Amino acid sequence: MNGTIGAFLALGGSVFLLLASIGLIRMPDYYNRMQTGTKATTLGSILFLLGVGVMRPEWLGKLLLLVGFVVLTNPVSSHALARAAHRIRDRLGKLEKAVLAVDALADDEAAETAADRSDTDAGNGEAKHA
Amino acid sequence: MAETVFLVASGIALLALVLAGLRMALGPTAVDRTVALDGMTIIALSLIAAWAWFSGRGIYLDVALVYGLASFAGVVAIARYLEGGLK
Amino acid sequence: MKDLKGRAARFVLLLGAWLVLTDARKPDEWIAGIVVALLAAVLPLFPRPVLGDLKLSPKALFGMIAYAAVFMKALVMSNLDVAFRVLHPKLPINPGIVAIRTRLVTPLGRLLLANSITLTPGTITVETKGDTFYIHWINVAERDVGAATKAIVGEFEKRLEVFCG
Repeated sequence: MNGTIGAFLALGGSVFLLLASIGLIRMPDYYNRMQTGTKATTLGSILFLLGVGVMRPEWLGKLLLLVGFVVLTNPVSSHALARAAHRIRDRLGKLEKAVLAVDALADDEAAETAADRSDTDAGNGEAKHA
Repeated sequence: MAETVFLVASGIALLALVLAGLRMALGPTAVDRTVALDGMTIIALSLIAAWAWFSGRGIYLDVALVYGLASFAGVVAIARYLEGGLK
Repeated sequence: MKDLKGRAARFVLLLGAWLVLTDARKPDEWIAGIVVALLAAVLPLFPRPVLGDLKLSPKALFGMIAYAAVFMKALVMSNLDVAFRVLHPKLPINPGIVAIRTRLVTPLGRLLLANSITLTPGTITVETKGDTFYIHWINVAERDVGAATKAIVGEFEKRLEVFCG
């Protein structure tokens, strides 16, 4: 009985893993691939590992450790990747354009750079004056 | 019954691994490949646990744990490298 | 004080992991685990133990459980959302990056918030600068900072504030 429940849990998990992969194939750019990749693999692997744990209760401790590890690290690695992708977006843009309706981060960064430039310009002007 | 269902589940996970591998091969950017690699390691983690069940040897779970640690560090290292190395 | 609490929490966590990975019935494993966990917790491997931001009180404990429940629900919802978007023949997405502002001040609170955002429906944290988080939203509904904050993190912020403000 336990074995059947665990096997069906694992089956549900594997379906989410497959959805993640379909998302990786179908989504148009790297941010959206991260979206589906991270979310669906997290729940998919949780269900799969718990399924194995239900089938073999003596392994449950180790599998729960593994689940906790996946839940903590998966978002962190996708965050690191997303940040890297945004920082090198000009370089990536030659191969693949990310579709963004609005980009508040780029806007804020542009505003910051503009503010810095006007600061240094003003500083130079004063230096010349002296 | 349980074994058959679990075998099907493992087969679906294996298919997912192959599809993610396809995205890794297609790219087109380094970030896409790394996203695919990240997904593949999580799927592989589940498959290692499945193999532990099929072979009945719990030692494979330790393999999965260490593999997960190493691949997490690897993906973060690649992300850091992309940030600094391609500028 | 906060440092001590963080190191104690790290010690408990590491010892727990050690005992799960080894055979907890043997006293040898307890001795080895305590020595190793103590060394890892006390040696200055990391500058600041973030776990020190945890509050210790019955209320905080219940807050943690409530947060875990909300988190699990959000994770399942986000996966159903992913399933819908991925399997929909037209791929209904309208992605963009929006800014939100958080009230959480502790590093642990912000870390958990960023992770929660990544695992909840349609959002993923791209960059954090102080209290401003930049979030990739698969279907942008709000462009204004205040409205986006409310829509994305309102619920989580409230729950996280209880135990690691």
